[in-house]
Amino acid sequence: MKDYPYTEKKDTRSGFGDGLTELGRENKDVVALCADLTGSLKMNDFENENPDRFFQIGIAEANMIGIAAGMTIGGKIPFTGTFANFSTSRVYDQIRQSVAYSGKNVKICASHAGLTLGEDGATHQVLEDIGMMKMLPGMTVINPCDYNQTKAATKAIADYKGPVYLRFGRPKVPVFMNEPFIIGQAIKLQEGADVSIFATGHLVWEALEAHKTLAAKGINAEIINIHTIKPLDSKAILDSANKTKCIVTAEEHMRNGGLGDSIAQVITHNNPMPIEYVAVNDSFGESGTPDQLMNKYGLNAEAIVKAAEKAISRK
Amino acid sequence: MPTIVELEKTASQVRRDIVRMVNGVMSGHPGGSLGCADYLVALYFEIMKHNAADFNMDGTDEDIFFLSNGHISPVFYSVLARSGYFDVSELATFRKLNTRLQGHPTTHEGLEGIRIASGSLGQGLSVAIGAAETKKLNNDKGIVFTLHGDGEIQEGQIWEAAMYAAHNKIDNLISAIDYNHKQIDGDISDVLDLGDIKAKWQAFGWDVMEMNGNNMQEVVNKVNKAKTHLGKGKPVMIIMKTEMGQGVDYMMGTHKWHGNAPNEEQLASALGQLEETLGDY
Repeated sequence: MKDYPYTEKKDTRSGFGDGLTELGRENKDVVALCADLTGSLKMNDFENENPDRFFQIGIAEANMIGIAAGMTIGGKIPFTGTFANFSTSRVYDQIRQSVAYSGKNVKICASHAGLTLGEDGATHQVLEDIGMMKMLPGMTVINPCDYNQTKAATKAIADYKGPVYLRFGRPKVPVFMNEPFIIGQAIKLQEGADVSIFATGHLVWEALEAHKTLAAKGINAEIINIHTIKPLDSKAILDSANKTKCIVTAEEHMRNGGLGDSIAQVITHNNPMPIEYVAVNDSFGESGTPDQLMNKYGLNAEAIVKAAEKAISRK
Repeated sequence: MPTIVELEKTASQVRRDIVRMVNGVMSGHPGGSLGCADYLVALYFEIMKHNAADFNMDGTDEDIFFLSNGHISPVFYSVLARSGYFDVSELATFRKLNTRLQGHPTTHEGLEGIRIASGSLGQGLSVAIGAAETKKLNNDKGIVFTLHGDGEIQEGQIWEAAMYAAHNKIDNLISAIDYNHKQIDGDISDVLDLGDIKAKWQAFGWDVMEMNGNNMQEVVNKVNKAKTHLGKGKPVMIIMKTEMGQGVDYMMGTHKWHGNAPNEEQLASALGQLEETLGDY
């Protein structure tokens, strides 16, 4: 069993902000756009260091996506920043036509994704964004799990040419990832033989916690961090699943259209086996603290343990 | 530089291309295409500094044009082909399976001259503003042009973009509205009246001009005048009065030819009214 000690908790949005600040210093083609949420997206340092390359759009997300698409014409690499809900569902047609179909090199950076946005409630807690974004042809979808991985992903997508959706969040979570980040390459965190647990975003830490509980019960779980939902690392998924013969997927997202759906497609096509989903089941969120909400909606280590036991029992 | 008469002859050929393309596949949008033929010919054959022979997506040091009302693709395709972006014979593939000349313009098929997909309305002004911002960052003196339908400005995103462009002094941008007063369901004043659009754009902080978009001399003069208004802290909007279906008598004065194709008999009538000047494709 590998140990993942952590000394601090940080928000993934700060990983984005710090990654963007470094990009601002290293890559003069990077420009940043924000729809009146500069502080929430941690874009202040980039703005202060590069006032000529920071574009305050105001509360006009559709216009922001269009401007970003246009800025690629002439070689800029635009990073747009707003909450995940306003980065996706509010501007889906703009992303579809002006970015994805037009093949523009825009990085759509989305904070406050999922339930952990907390008290603002369901109007702001998008749980459908991964599904919407992964359906767009040519769109890369990335959902990193901690500060380090979010920072690494932010920097990696600047070097990748093509539209990207980068999803992160608000709560402070353990900083534990030190593995290199490569787009589309899953990361095995624990080797196991009894069940494959594929987790993304904030649920990766919960999966590691679940691993300990399962180990105490004599269950040896394999934990894999799927930070890139599209393109999906099908080989890593099949290599693990073919060994363990059952699966749990875990994500802070709707079951419909999420990581679990993507993995189920790979599995049913190649080697059908039991799959259990830790995800929100056809429901909007609500107000509450992040911990209260994750507990109420069953998005935590305890739920992953139960799902693993059920998946194993169905083998 | 071509003379006004030569530009008018080119526009006549473009109008022939439009009705032949739409007839060839019995679908497409001839009305707005015919109305905007003079403006696009003036831009591509007289006003814009652009490199048709060696199309480059970035358009560095070039003037670039965005068609926001993508449904008038026939006029765009004809003008691009006639000005040298691709072979005019390709116009015969318009809207047919495997064509690069999709129903609405797209970059997806690699067609030279297209820099953004358009069709879902209201998005082109934002894109153009982005391209204009990049030109400013790159110290590129090229001008960004756009064209919009009048019905299109019922879309909210247009006004988000209008506000942004004025606030941020996007003064390397010349936009135009095809003010033919018609949209699919009828007259603009019946569907959703635009009110005083000149006053609206002025109130949003734009430098607003008006012109007759179906008089080549006036189009050339006014757009050249608009260029002298650039660099003064304001985006420029040209409200361009046109006739939907201009050049084909039975298509004028009605919204019915917004998105309908002429049959063989109607095509013959249209071609009889439009001089063949550069040779049909």
